[in-house]
Amino acid sequence: MAKKVRLKPRGRQADRRDKDILSDLINPDPNRRDLLIEYLHVIQDKFGYISKSQITALAELMKLSMSEVYETASFYHHFEIVESVEEEKNQPQFQVRVCDSLTCQMYGSSQLKKEIDQLSGSDYKTHDVSCVGRCDKAPVAVVGKNTIEYATPTNVDRAVKNKEVKPAQINPISLNAYLKSGGYSTFKKCLANKLLRNDIIEELKNSNLRGLGGAGFPAGLKWEIVSKQKESPLLVVNIDEGEPGTFKDKHYLETEPHTFLEGMMIASWVIRSKHNYIYLRDEYHACLDMLHSEIDELSRYFGAVLPKIEIRRGAGAYICGEESAMIESIEGKRGMPRQRPPYIAEKGLFAKPTLAHNMETLYWVRDIIEKGSDWFANHGRRGSKGLRSFSVSGRVNNPGVHLAPAGISVMELIDEYCGGMLDDHKLYGFFPGGASGGILSADHKDEPLDFGTLNKTGCFIGSAAVIVLSDKDKARDYALNAMKFFVRESCGQCTPCRVGTEKATMLMQSKSWDKNLLKDVSNVMRDASICGLGQAAANPLDSVLKFFKHEIE
Amino acid sequence: MIKENTPIKFILNDKEIEASPDSRLLDIIKAEGLKIPHLCFNSNYRPDGNCRSCVVEVSGERTLAPSCCRRPENGMQVYTHSERAESARKMVLEMLESDTKSDQATEKNHELTEWAKKLKIKNSRLPSNIDNRVDDSNPAIAVNYEECIKCTRCIRACREAQANDVIGFAFRGKESRIVFDLDDNMGASTCVSCGECVQACPTNALISKTELTQNKQKVEKTNSVCPYCGVGCLLTFNTSNNKIFSVTGRDGPSNQSRLCVKGRYGFDYIHHKDRLTSPLIRRAEAKKTKEILTQENINDTFRIGTWDEALDIAAENLKDIYSKYGSSALAGLGCAKGSNEEAYLFQKLIRTAFKTNNVDHCTRLCHASSVSAMLEMLGSAAVSNQVSDVKNTEVIIIIGAKPSVNHPVAATFIKNVIKDSKADLILMDPYRSDLARHSKYYLQFRPDTDVLLLNAIMHTIIKEGIHDTDFIEKRTEEFDKLKECVKEYEPEKISAICGIDPETIKNVARLYGKAKRALIFWGMGVSQHTHGTDNARCLISLALLCGHIGKEGSGIHPLRGQNNVQGASDSGLIPMVYPNYQSVTDEEVRKKFEKLWGQELNSNVGLTVIEIAEKAFERKLKGLYVMGENPAMSDPNLNFTREALSRLDFMVVQDIFFTETAGFADIILPASAFAEKDGTFTNTDRRVQIGRKAVDPPGDAKQDIWIIQELAKRLGLDWQYSSVEDVFNELKQTNDTIGGITWDMLNKKDSVTYPYTSNSKQSEPILFSGSFPTKSGKATFVPAKFQEANELPDKEFPFVFITGRHLEHWHTGSMTSRSEVLNELEPEPTVSLNPEDIKELKIDTSNKVSIVSRRGKLDANLRVDPNVQKNTIFMAFCFADSAANLITNEAMDPFGKIPEFKYCAAKVLPAN
Repeated sequence: MAKKVRLKPRGRQADRRDKDILSDLINPDPNRRDLLIEYLHVIQDKFGYISKSQITALAELMKLSMSEVYETASFYHHFEIVESVEEEKNQPQFQVRVCDSLTCQMYGSSQLKKEIDQLSGSDYKTHDVSCVGRCDKAPVAVVGKNTIEYATPTNVDRAVKNKEVKPAQINPISLNAYLKSGGYSTFKKCLANKLLRNDIIEELKNSNLRGLGGAGFPAGLKWEIVSKQKESPLLVVNIDEGEPGTFKDKHYLETEPHTFLEGMMIASWVIRSKHNYIYLRDEYHACLDMLHSEIDELSRYFGAVLPKIEIRRGAGAYICGEESAMIESIEGKRGMPRQRPPYIAEKGLFAKPTLAHNMETLYWVRDIIEKGSDWFANHGRRGSKGLRSFSVSGRVNNPGVHLAPAGISVMELIDEYCGGMLDDHKLYGFFPGGASGGILSADHKDEPLDFGTLNKTGCFIGSAAVIVLSDKDKARDYALNAMKFFVRESCGQCTPCRVGTEKATMLMQSKSWDKNLLKDVSNVMRDASICGLGQAAANPLDSVLKFFKHEIE
Repeated sequence: MIKENTPIKFILNDKEIEASPDSRLLDIIKAEGLKIPHLCFNSNYRPDGNCRSCVVEVSGERTLAPSCCRRPENGMQVYTHSERAESARKMVLEMLESDTKSDQATEKNHELTEWAKKLKIKNSRLPSNIDNRVDDSNPAIAVNYEECIKCTRCIRACREAQANDVIGFAFRGKESRIVFDLDDNMGASTCVSCGECVQACPTNALISKTELTQNKQKVEKTNSVCPYCGVGCLLTFNTSNNKIFSVTGRDGPSNQSRLCVKGRYGFDYIHHKDRLTSPLIRRAEAKKTKEILTQENINDTFRIGTWDEALDIAAENLKDIYSKYGSSALAGLGCAKGSNEEAYLFQKLIRTAFKTNNVDHCTRLCHASSVSAMLEMLGSAAVSNQVSDVKNTEVIIIIGAKPSVNHPVAATFIKNVIKDSKADLILMDPYRSDLARHSKYYLQFRPDTDVLLLNAIMHTIIKEGIHDTDFIEKRTEEFDKLKECVKEYEPEKISAICGIDPETIKNVARLYGKAKRALIFWGMGVSQHTHGTDNARCLISLALLCGHIGKEGSGIHPLRGQNNVQGASDSGLIPMVYPNYQSVTDEEVRKKFEKLWGQELNSNVGLTVIEIAEKAFERKLKGLYVMGENPAMSDPNLNFTREALSRLDFMVVQDIFFTETAGFADIILPASAFAEKDGTFTNTDRRVQIGRKAVDPPGDAKQDIWIIQELAKRLGLDWQYSSVEDVFNELKQTNDTIGGITWDMLNKKDSVTYPYTSNSKQSEPILFSGSFPTKSGKATFVPAKFQEANELPDKEFPFVFITGRHLEHWHTGSMTSRSEVLNELEPEPTVSLNPEDIKELKIDTSNKVSIVSRRGKLDANLRVDPNVQKNTIFMAFCFADSAANLITNEAMDPFGKIPEFKYCAAKVLPAN
């Protein structure tokens, strides 16, 4: 056996120069492992990549092992890890991403990507990317942080050439304007103890406000459970809106951020949380800057009475919309969902009781308290209560976020809110709740859309992302698109989801499907996956087996 | 509210079951005799529930639940074999089978294949996607990705058990897989080859290469102990045809199934071709010089003899020296690697046949100074608390020790509590070891300044009034002396000399002083100094000062180096004391031993290891009997020692290899390796553990206990031992701290902690809880003033030369350098220097360097190591080709008689 003498300690050694550079750039705090992803963002933003020698140095500065940093960095799509200095040199300063999710596919994203690649030559490489939340303006490409709606090879190439990589400006209602229109008066009443915590919880319960991220858990009940924990809870706001077809959170955030912030602060007051985290998906670049400045304003205005608010950037991982995965991500780790029990209300972020809410849920809190639970509950059709913000895209005249009564049917939604179907298009089917909600055929056009109303079909409305298919579409194409999305976004932790999504994708590409086998795959995913992603990933597949049999035989 | 321990009542397949609320469904299901698969679950590790092969149906729940994670709840209805649950489990196995293939033949349990067989999973219907990569860059372990099921057992093994943090789960989704460091080859990563991942892996994705190459028939398993360090891991030797082919960790109290690279992969030395297999007799014409002989010289220098011939010559010559020159011309060097029984018989032989107390062993070279300080201040030299007590403490100080190198498995338990945020670590060592990453404070102080630093810490504690006045008053004496002594050691004053800023010193003092419970571990960085006893005195004083001794989670623990250094010392391999530290100068004690051994004994303290070499050099010592020791490598200033050995009239060496020392012998007796004999061994935790014979010694090699007795017989001693047990029973009579332990008990339990006296009949894991074994029952503060090392760097020799060990090698390397895996991992001598020093010296890192001191010179490869402090050189003393001890200084600590291995002046030159 050849003897090889090791002329250094085992494994990679941190380079002094890298350590100096990173110390200057981010001065990492070894006691804040939770900031790891934030630090990685700083490096990625600065260099356009993260090199392995930087990871080695960062690990040493943070007193972490190399594998702990690497497994985190390699989990998130937005971190570009490069091996060597050579590779660093060839690395562009920004990436060009083309969305290939449902509505963008419908609007020709694969052709678009091909054409951009032909145009660009070797200057830059495009990447496929999962839904970036602008499905009403499909197809969409992202140049650096600049999201280009109705993307064409020409406008994308222009942005690249002109280095237009910054996010477009947004102009939400400012703090001053919000205050002038009576904003934060409810929160001030809370601070002055003019409102009672229990009354607010009761009001929420009566309003039937439910978790609008998709799970629909009653908000009031959640607050009550968290309030009863012994330890002081943390509050986490989920703005990792990533379900293909969904863009309602972005809509409210870009227009009325303070309505949601007030809701968050009321929630924080009610549950006596001293520390709030806002987890924002990285694709909403403009919102990030805006949130930072609005929260700064807010702390100047309110001073010490505010809870500590930290904004955390996602890094390109749909799974982090799953609340326990989001919590892992806030802790600076891979976004892998946790097993339940324990439930996060009891043991969540940093093992403390945690109230996790979708942003839109909090958005409604102020109105419900001010206008009363009945005001909210009185909306609704077919026995449903409340309002739902439908993100509608696809073959309709007027796609976008439409606030409509819960229980509305898809036909009513299209006709009353979306200006009807596009010319020459006939309703063929629809995704009632993004990629994971399944696909319903036109036969279901009169079914009420609300939490639980679609159970018998195996579908759900989830985040109320309705993608309308027409007679020009085939359901199986979109089911395959959805499954490919889940392959890319599965965290890889549990067998049914990691293997199941991939196997299903392979099987769904054959002209005629092996229905029994696909059913077996679908069953194990639904029954045995750890989290909602795997459990729901087979919904579009099942829908095709149930409602679009003619396409696969 | 329901109390934690109220049993839970729930329904399992229509049967009511009572179970503890913290039990897991899978365990209950197994206990009920039901069989369901599980792959990511292994009882040694935290359940993770990722494979989903153990899912069961819980009534009322939308999805199935992983029984390995799920706990029972009152009223829960669990169905293990509902159609849903069964088909999900089968489908999980089918999925895993479709993405893996298994074509390796190993002895390992292939859990996936077994379960697939049990559940009758047919050839997969699913399209297959197999990752064909193989990584065989590690000499011990191969990674076959085609067999990996991503269950993460290896990751939990690497991170949560061994706390090495090498393996990670990288990438996402179907791309996700295990990686080493930054997706590096295992062999190029920070992996320390402990093999825990192999032991954890349920398939052949991670395998020990040694398991692949053997043709195995009739596999036998022998439960025994690891032959290496003082941690005392219990293990199983897996043998076939009288050969060990692999080793498995056993659930021992000190290792909980964990092993390190030496224990797991260093077993093959016993089958090495270099083993001595027949007695050797020095040829008359073979003159002794100070030059080292190697394996190739054996035939020129020695001839093969029979046992009778060799033993007769040995006995004749030793008797001859005795009659000509008397007791003082003879000495024996025993060994910390042998059993308690061997140590006991060896010292008995020297003390009775030669009527001298000139018997010592390598404890002199490791913790003699710690022992002298502990005996002086506490009345006992045993560790007060066991390593496992770290789980009950708040603060851990580790000073002058690299446990992850020298006590790797003990280090894992320390890292476990720190990683779980249950305790804070204060690490003090001139070398920045991997533990620095886990420490709250890492103090890279200048070598030699231990007393300064520790006195400054005590200064701060007293000044800020955080010392334990109650404890000091009730349990100690002479506190005023300490107080007076440390008065002048203000952190600000000593900071510049020891290289630690005053604020850090104060913070460390506060952290340790204010803790409710704290433990101190130290190693040879503390003891191997001319002021080693002073260093240890300071540490003991520090513990006494804060009352951090004598209770759970509070105590002191000098980490014992070799597997039986504690036991060999307890059994009397020390020139000043009989077994159990009973002084040879105490008449009453002596009388007791004279009665037991039926012979008059010498009343003078005998010679220590270094003094034996000195007397040999002066030709005053004529004859030496060496069992298992290797002074020609392990003593300081080897040019002197080797010359001394060459001047002996007659030397008998009993060993398993032709060691550097054996080259100076007149008679070489081929002995038994660890796995070739029975015996008891006492680990650093005061655990007496039983080692069992797994294979026969090769050729004519004999068990040591037989050899000692045969020699004794020829020296005129009338010994009648029919078994190892007989010897153990006599040893017990001389050492009541183990007096209550019986051979049967050891055979049953494998491990018994002492004190376990004939009266108390129970173990005392924590010492000194009521009183100290001193005359007054109190401990005594012995203050220490700072003294410099014997030889300081100067213009000509500007560097400090520090010796130590490598993870892969043990002591002088006689065993580990003959293990294929260990030798491949760390094959050649290296000296480690700080990169900045290398830059200043302008030396080419690809060439060898020479290290020179006033005593000698050696050449070695240069290792660029930023963890080495500037102006210091680190070298392990295990390499025969470049023996570090050629450089070291033989100056001794006046109390412990331990040489200053950890400090001498040297220079670095490019090798010519």
